[in-house]
Amino acid sequence: MIHYIYLTILLPLLGFLVNGIFGSRIKNEKIIGWIGSGTIGLSFLIVVGAFFQTLALPPDDRKTIVTLFNWLNVGGLNINVSYQVDQLSLVMALIVTGVGFIIHVYSIGYMHGDIGFWRFFSYMNLFIFAMMNLILGDNFVLLFLGWEGVGLCSYLLIGFWYDKNFEKGTTGDAAKKAFIVNRIGDFGFLLGMFLIYLTFGSLNFGEVFPRAASFNVPVSTFNFIALFLFIGAIGKSAQIPLFVWLPDAMAGPTPVSALIHAATMVTAGVYMVARCSIIFACAPAILTVIAVIGAFTAVFAASIGLVQNDIKKILAYSTISQLGYMILAMGVGAFTSGIFHIMTHACFKAILFLGAGSVIHSMFEEQDIQHFGGLKKYMPQTYFTFLIAAMAISGIPPLSGFFSKDDILWNTFANGHIILWFIGIATALLTAFYMFRLYFLTFEGKERFGHNKHPHESPKLMTIPLIVLAFLSAIGGFIGIPAVFSGDHGNLFERWLEPVFKSANSKLVIYGTHSNLGEIVLMSVTVIGAAFAIYFARYIYLKNPRFALNTSQKFKGFYNLLLNKYFVDELYNAAIVNPIERGSDRFLWRFTDITVIDGIVNGTASIINYISGKIRKIQTGVTQFYAVVMMLGIVIALFWIITSL
Amino acid sequence: MPIPIEYFLVLSAFMFITGVAGVLTRRNAIVVFMSVELMLNSANLTLVTFSSYLGNPVGQLFVFFVMTVAAAEAAVGLAIIIALFRNKLTMNIDEINILKW
Repeated sequence: MIHYIYLTILLPLLGFLVNGIFGSRIKNEKIIGWIGSGTIGLSFLIVVGAFFQTLALPPDDRKTIVTLFNWLNVGGLNINVSYQVDQLSLVMALIVTGVGFIIHVYSIGYMHGDIGFWRFFSYMNLFIFAMMNLILGDNFVLLFLGWEGVGLCSYLLIGFWYDKNFEKGTTGDAAKKAFIVNRIGDFGFLLGMFLIYLTFGSLNFGEVFPRAASFNVPVSTFNFIALFLFIGAIGKSAQIPLFVWLPDAMAGPTPVSALIHAATMVTAGVYMVARCSIIFACAPAILTVIAVIGAFTAVFAASIGLVQNDIKKILAYSTISQLGYMILAMGVGAFTSGIFHIMTHACFKAILFLGAGSVIHSMFEEQDIQHFGGLKKYMPQTYFTFLIAAMAISGIPPLSGFFSKDDILWNTFANGHIILWFIGIATALLTAFYMFRLYFLTFEGKERFGHNKHPHESPKLMTIPLIVLAFLSAIGGFIGIPAVFSGDHGNLFERWLEPVFKSANSKLVIYGTHSNLGEIVLMSVTVIGAAFAIYFARYIYLKNPRFALNTSQKFKGFYNLLLNKYFVDELYNAAIVNPIERGSDRFLWRFTDITVIDGIVNGTASIINYISGKIRKIQTGVTQFYAVVMMLGIVIALFWIITSL
Repeated sequence: MPIPIEYFLVLSAFMFITGVAGVLTRRNAIVVFMSVELMLNSANLTLVTFSSYLGNPVGQLFVFFVMTVAAAEAAVGLAIIIALFRNKLTMNIDEINILKW
């Protein structure tokens, strides 16, 4: 199966082409939907096959490279289209195709009746194609192809309902914002790639990483490479300061938010850092920067999530916050924990989004949680799966989120980043609080929607994916039970990924100490804190609704700061967007284009016009005048010929 | 004793200058046209002269072509002049100066 891994890339491409070219002519939604989902399902089966085949190999040989053809061969640059099947890419491929398949199936129900049904599925398949290139690619160029490809699909899908109003503009504006903000990150990533090529003379993972481990390269070079690569990750994984695009990305259809802007694409930055772990391990200063940015993003986004009222906005900020955790894990050198959190997060965040989609669907596109309430009895399956996911993200044992989040927090603490650990704990409490605020306001309590709305459970095509994902997020954590509990055979997930990060881990200098007792104590702190936060949310939003109102009145300034997302968008508009727009308008357009360029072009024309206006007076129209000139010319010519003989 | 070649050439040159002067100075289109014919004929005379002087018949042959073309040209030219006259009711080429800016 490993050697057929390229099929997992070709099949989605095929689905994209078939649905993209013939989709508008296929009138049957079922056919389109099952072409779109089927290709991903087949890919998933192939990945599963490859996984079990790899599992049978000894741990140090679990890396297979499948080369398809030579892509670029210019000078010293030799790039193959080749795919790398190793522990890390298999984990990512399982997430992308597995969760991707489930969300595709869900979309058949969700997008039912949409005029762009076929367009939706062709974009989604193109996305999976690009994402698979990103995670399976064996060199930076292929990774970059996927990196840009997923950015394109994100753009296309955010703006899927391109004429629909969204906030101050249309969804098209949100799509543009996502694309442009991502470009800043991509630029950093490109610079990092150039620097890698300059330093190591290659862009293939198989050559760069061993050279990074063995070459005698100054730390400053590593710092620059790591910093540039991380700028790419900041853009893609929505970290401070480039996170502003992700909340706006919620303009797209909800399955898109679930698949691209929660489960898979946004984790690409984390994946890239993990893949290049050896380079980052050689740049300890940048690792610290990464950890700090991750931790601050986590708490920053979580605090915004506390007061938002749009169900998808809350989930978007929650995603940013969880991505902050993953980046924090990368920064403290806990690469395995970060990847583990990608996996568990993909499941429970997909449920949260799909559940939100289910709610939005049944409430006729209403997204304000102030207008929900008491939906529990109308949509039992959505309610139940949503509850599981909310508990998982809050870190309630034994659901998956508990293990992965705790792994990150414990590693942060154990590696000596006490302040960052504290921020992490605070974020965990905030997460539990806002998630259950969302849950209580949506599913419990009084019904706050009008009588014209009749909420109903979504069709089976939408609830079955939710149940499958709920099952996964309930038990998914057990593959990563920490060594404290599992005893001798340790953390399975960590053992599985260990060979990938072996060289990076040997470079890392780890401070701090590990002790089993400490781990258990910290774990208890988190769990008790989360439980308390949930209880608190229940008290405020279910039992005593006045309390929330009073608090928001009392801390009006801070409340408004949070409600307006710390005015980051306004700040960026004032500091960057408006100056650029005004500069383009006044300088580039009115001065450079209209005055200078048009001036030169039109000036040349008017000079010629003026001169020829004078010269044309010679033409009198009198034939005999021409005849005289001609005769004089002939005489002069003859005279010249005769004298020169 | 044959007539020396210079006589022919001088006559031809004289005819040519007459033609040029006519073209440049006369205002009547018909006269200008006739002057052009005069220039053509002076060229013909030169061709014939050299042909007989050098004993090469090609020159005389060439004259026939010139005369044929001149006849055709005369037909076209006269037609144009008649058309012009119908339009402008004048033969004065000073007044026929519409081909300008």
